[in-house]
Amino acid sequence: MAKVVLPELGDNVTKATVSYWYFQPGEKVEEKADLVELATDKATFNLPSPCNGTLSEAFFQEGDTVNVGEVLAVIEES
Amino acid sequence: MKFQIFDLGLIDFRPALEFQKQLFERVKNGKMNHGLILCRHNPVVTLGRNAPRKNILVSEEELRKRKIDLFEIERGGDVTYHGPGQLTVYPVFNLNKIKRDIHLFLRNLEKRISATLGILEIPAVTRENLTGVWVNDKKIASIGIAVRSWVTFHGFTLNVKSDDLKNFSLIRPCGMDIMMTSVEDELGREVNFKRVRELLIKEMQKWPK
Repeated sequence: MAKVVLPELGDNVTKATVSYWYFQPGEKVEEKADLVELATDKATFNLPSPCNGTLSEAFFQEGDTVNVGEVLAVIEES
Repeated sequence: MKFQIFDLGLIDFRPALEFQKQLFERVKNGKMNHGLILCRHNPVVTLGRNAPRKNILVSEEELRKRKIDLFEIERGGDVTYHGPGQLTVYPVFNLNKIKRDIHLFLRNLEKRISATLGILEIPAVTRENLTGVWVNDKKIASIGIAVRSWVTFHGFTLNVKSDDLKNFSLIRPCGMDIMMTSVEDELGREVNFKRVRELLIKEMQKWPK
């Protein structure tokens, strides 16, 4: 099981908003594939899947705010 | 910093976006270090990821009537307008080769734009928590970027010509009730686009490594 965490964003940025899930729970994902897009004030960026597996849980919905260090999703490794 | 320059001239938003994405792939795949696209867009309103539609103050039909395109895109930021009186710049930079910090990239963009305006003797400033470049309380440059695999795309728009500003009244720029200004409005005279473009390229080349 691998957790996907919102990493440090620098420049006193402490949170981001989930803007797009590329995968839904239950779907297979490949390592390094874009998993979720997040948006801060003026930038969007993607978090990749840390491993091959299945997206088992996504804890935030599009539009939700996530703090640095919070777990966004869990990937069940395959 | 060295980058390849691509001047697309006056171009619709869609083909410019396609070009941008091709360049993004080349930079991401290591076929080029960094690229800088410059262009002027035919009138278009674009919605970033944070943008609610209500920030467009007229109907889509009204936009069509005025021959203004509408796009929803993957950059950060709210709603903005691009027109032929602005210099729109898309830096496709590989942050793996400079510094992997998205917000430092935004701050550096603001610095390079402010420095360009400084040469034109326009006292441009940045404002905390309000990304963009300002002259007093009016906005002169708007920024909205996307980063994938630490490669940047989308970018910023500098208002150069005065006559394009009227179309900002069709939207709430960046989702805020702000006034826009332009290089021409600040100088009180016509300016040569080419000169602004050249100054900006020179300043972008001073990007910290």
